[in-house]
Amino acid sequence: MATAVETAGADAPAPRSGRRPKKNVLSDGQGGLAGLLISPTMLVILLVVGIPILLSVRESLFRRNDGIDPVTGMIAQGESFVGLQNFTDIFANPQAVPAAWGSVDRLINAFLNTTFFTVVCVVLETAIGVAMAIVMNKAFKGRGLVRASILVPWAIPTMVSAKMWGLMFDADGIVNKLAGHQTLWLADNNASQWAIVIADVWKTAPFIGLLTLAGLQTIPDEVYEAARVDGASAWQQFLRITLPMVKPALVVAVLFRTLDTMRMFDLPWGMIGPGKYYVETLSMFAYFENDAGRYGQAAAYSIVLFLYIVLVAFLFVKLLGAEVVDDPETRAIQDRRRAQRKLAKQQRLSSRAGSTVTTGSASS
Amino acid sequence: MSNPRPIRAIVALGSLTALLATAACSGSQPAAPASGGQQTASSANWDEKGPITYAQGKDTSGNVKGEIDEWNKAHPNEKVTFVELSDSADQQRADMVKRAQAKSGEFSVMSVDIVWTAEFAANGWLEQLPADKAPMDGMLKSAVDGATYFNKLYAYPSTSDGALLYYRKDLLDAAGIKEPPKTWDEMKQICDKVLPGQKGMSCYAGQHQKYEGLTCNIAEAVNSAGGEFITADGKPAVNTEAAIKGVDWMAGWIKDGTIPKEAVTWKEEESRTAFEGGRILFLRNWPYVYNKAVQSKLKGKFEVAPLPGLSGPGVSTLGGHNFGISTFTKNKGTALEFVKWMNSPENQKRRLQKASNAPTVEALYSDAELTKQFPYLPTLYESIKIAKPRPKAVRYSDVTLAIQDSTYAALQGQKDPKQAFDELQTKLESLTK
Amino acid sequence: MSTVHSTAPQQPAERTRLSDEELATLSKPSHDWKWWLGMIGSIVGMGFIILYCILPFYWMIVSSLRLPEDGRSTDLVPNPPSLQNYVAVFDPSNNFVQALINSIVISGVTTLLTLLLGIMAAYALARLRFRLKGLVLSIIIGCSMFPGITLLIPLFKMFTGAYAWFPFNWMNTYQAIIIPSLSFGLPLCVWNLTAFFRQMPVELEQAAMVDGCTPSQAFVKIILPLAAPGVFTTAIITFIAVWNEFMIAYTFGTRPEMFTAVNALSRFTGQYGFDTPWGTIMAAGVILTVPLLIMVLLFQRRIVAGLTAGGVK
Repeated sequence: MATAVETAGADAPAPRSGRRPKKNVLSDGQGGLAGLLISPTMLVILLVVGIPILLSVRESLFRRNDGIDPVTGMIAQGESFVGLQNFTDIFANPQAVPAAWGSVDRLINAFLNTTFFTVVCVVLETAIGVAMAIVMNKAFKGRGLVRASILVPWAIPTMVSAKMWGLMFDADGIVNKLAGHQTLWLADNNASQWAIVIADVWKTAPFIGLLTLAGLQTIPDEVYEAARVDGASAWQQFLRITLPMVKPALVVAVLFRTLDTMRMFDLPWGMIGPGKYYVETLSMFAYFENDAGRYGQAAAYSIVLFLYIVLVAFLFVKLLGAEVVDDPETRAIQDRRRAQRKLAKQQRLSSRAGSTVTTGSASS
Repeated sequence: MSNPRPIRAIVALGSLTALLATAACSGSQPAAPASGGQQTASSANWDEKGPITYAQGKDTSGNVKGEIDEWNKAHPNEKVTFVELSDSADQQRADMVKRAQAKSGEFSVMSVDIVWTAEFAANGWLEQLPADKAPMDGMLKSAVDGATYFNKLYAYPSTSDGALLYYRKDLLDAAGIKEPPKTWDEMKQICDKVLPGQKGMSCYAGQHQKYEGLTCNIAEAVNSAGGEFITADGKPAVNTEAAIKGVDWMAGWIKDGTIPKEAVTWKEEESRTAFEGGRILFLRNWPYVYNKAVQSKLKGKFEVAPLPGLSGPGVSTLGGHNFGISTFTKNKGTALEFVKWMNSPENQKRRLQKASNAPTVEALYSDAELTKQFPYLPTLYESIKIAKPRPKAVRYSDVTLAIQDSTYAALQGQKDPKQAFDELQTKLESLTK
Repeated sequence: MSTVHSTAPQQPAERTRLSDEELATLSKPSHDWKWWLGMIGSIVGMGFIILYCILPFYWMIVSSLRLPEDGRSTDLVPNPPSLQNYVAVFDPSNNFVQALINSIVISGVTTLLTLLLGIMAAYALARLRFRLKGLVLSIIIGCSMFPGITLLIPLFKMFTGAYAWFPFNWMNTYQAIIIPSLSFGLPLCVWNLTAFFRQMPVELEQAAMVDGCTPSQAFVKIILPLAAPGVFTTAIITFIAVWNEFMIAYTFGTRPEMFTAVNALSRFTGQYGFDTPWGTIMAAGVILTVPLLIMVLLFQRRIVAGLTAGGVK
């Protein structure tokens, strides 16, 4: 994951050796203590994340034998090394399944579903969340009540919410009754996809609303008043003041929601069920294969998901400048380096070779 | 083995071994024989006695605990420890598979669903039961067939299950219809007579949601139309005229509303509540519905009949469980004795009375005491007697999903039934290669 | 990052009120109708938000209060109301009490472990300067974005004893659920705590150091007591995250005696194995959500602060 997030920290030691920003008196020469304090956490992370990743990579190159002896009907045991075949089989041996994207390979279908859910859910929950935050920010009575109610969807376990929405989306359920039209949400069709989207947005839009509200509350009212005096319309105020001011908080919230939606599992599994191609995500497909004893394929698909998440996180950081790793010291260092670069430029010294542009500085 | 793709071979078991040996797998790559799992009947030590374990799914009725207590009282040196697994069939299977793959004999005796029996046997996880030690006299033929793989018995039939047609006797009587339908056409004709007077009632429904129940339902449709998923010699045959007639029937009835459209989201319970709520006239379901419906407002208004078919009586899908003995366990002698004792006629009778599990002992279906308590038993016997197991596939989970894929696409109108089953044929062929 | 510094929602709220009132009095003639429009709009908006959040939950409660045989009824109020579903949840065959105990043990132990490790790590990350801090932060945050399924597959193989070098069968044990849960619990905890520690004024420690404390003494005597609310909030957030976790608990708990509450709920079946006892499932859902809701409502301000500071999940 380290590659995906800011690399600024890794550069930190270089300038430190020479000029150390005297910001925090306490931190001088605390490397030893820090190492002592950090190492248990890093050790646990190595054990519960690092080693399984390596094992996953190893698994993804193997495959369980399952040939059948024609006379006795007995199955071969053990596993064989298959190289990248678990990955390349989408081209060599596509396993076409019918779903929303036509008849495509099951892995590609899961990939497209994951992408669809991520894009649609995140866009909708961001829009609804921001709208909620604006309403909450405008309101001056009953905000506590709203905040309390907004935590309800957040606190409900996803599996419980899956069952709850499953009941509501029943063919004879309350949703169809209110809509006055019988939609078969729990079958395996486009409606099922939207059922997932609705249930997911319900649970997570308030969360985005909360984070955005925090950002909104840092905007002084004077800014809006000034804008009003200058004759800015409400929409202009939103575009020119609100959005830029909440952007840092919002981008981080959206990043987290995006990565969380990409690994979606509980909701479709609990509400629609396994083996439904319209809602099968990469996590579900990998889990399904694992259940079927095809560990190699399962590991390969989970690695596809892993790489996809890394890529998206990387793009987020690069393109949107999500300041995920936000540390005052590394920021101070960046500021200092930026100032140095400016200075260097002014002095017409070629500073290109020496300093890499870090993401943080590129974005802010 | 570096095959271009896993050989997801499935092998159907017929009664004809000769055909099997010659036809089923000719031309396929020879597979490495099972290294550790393969065993011959002679290798098992049937004299070894001592404590064992018994694993099965959740004991919802509490009957199993009582049975085991009784056994333990009588056999203090051969105690059985009951391992209660999850109530989800998939999880039970996974639990057993994990033990077996690790060659662990932790579960000495396992209650194996009829559809896993082939897989477990093919992997060499179940001890083959010699005919002299485990005679199958008096057992339902279809149940024994369900415990057999490549003509050898790998498990002891324990419970059985078959589908019934529930129908509203009150409404049929009112319309002057004496007999329940024997064919789909008759069912439709009865509906045409009865339904005009019944607001909001549809003709028929089974379980058409995409899950294992759909496999059962479509297998019944195909078998009842005279088709077969996989023939006795292990060849898929779903693109035959008869098989396509079966899926055509179900898809057609959904399309014209004879089966209500929302039935594609129904499992057992949704269809049961629809029947009890007066929304369907005919219901295909398992025997458990009988016990529930007599407590509902339908008490006295419904009856059961064998399933109808295309041109005569229909063919039910066979359900049930078999008791298998792990290849890796100790004390197989005790295990075998326990298996036989658990499935003795007396214990099967008690299990039916306490847990509503249909027996595999043929005589119990005409037991006077039982038929009084369970009036559906004679009908169930008719159903089970000719019931057919689902395809016996080593990779059953792949096969059933493929069947569900094609069927569900046809039921939802996403694919033409014939096209869907042609594709299924290709898929099953590649799975049986 | 602005989110870190904006954890005092009270003050801006006061400010908004003042300015709006001022605005109302100042711009009475020309903005009157607009002001009212905004006011009505915001009340409608708030009402909408509350309904949006509460209504589905209401449906769960209502459905849990019906008679078991009315499981899928769509009456807006239970008719007749009944507590039978709640009785059914605690039927011995469902093992739900054991499941709740399992959930408490697993969430509690995981939370304690993560706090123990997390406090140390977060203090170092927030207060100490050391090489590779950025990398450490990146790794920790990376872990919280990690897809659980990638971990589960090898762990599943490992815990079932398929690897010769791990000759233990850990299926259906507490450690098999707790240890993988650390993979998301620990980053969550470190992340939140780091944000909390950073908000605390450095001057306090400086004062303590002037009085002759070492940094570790300063941490134990000054920082930790002051950070107690933050630690508490982090504990709640971590606890809820582990309590709600499904995939790990579902994979490694396959026997009724090792189900967590969420896992047990996902597998409820009725007497015959075919039933979907909707009422019982909804009742169980209410039972395992209500404690969380009480916690959330009691500590809502803190939790909101914690969520906005951590920005995780």
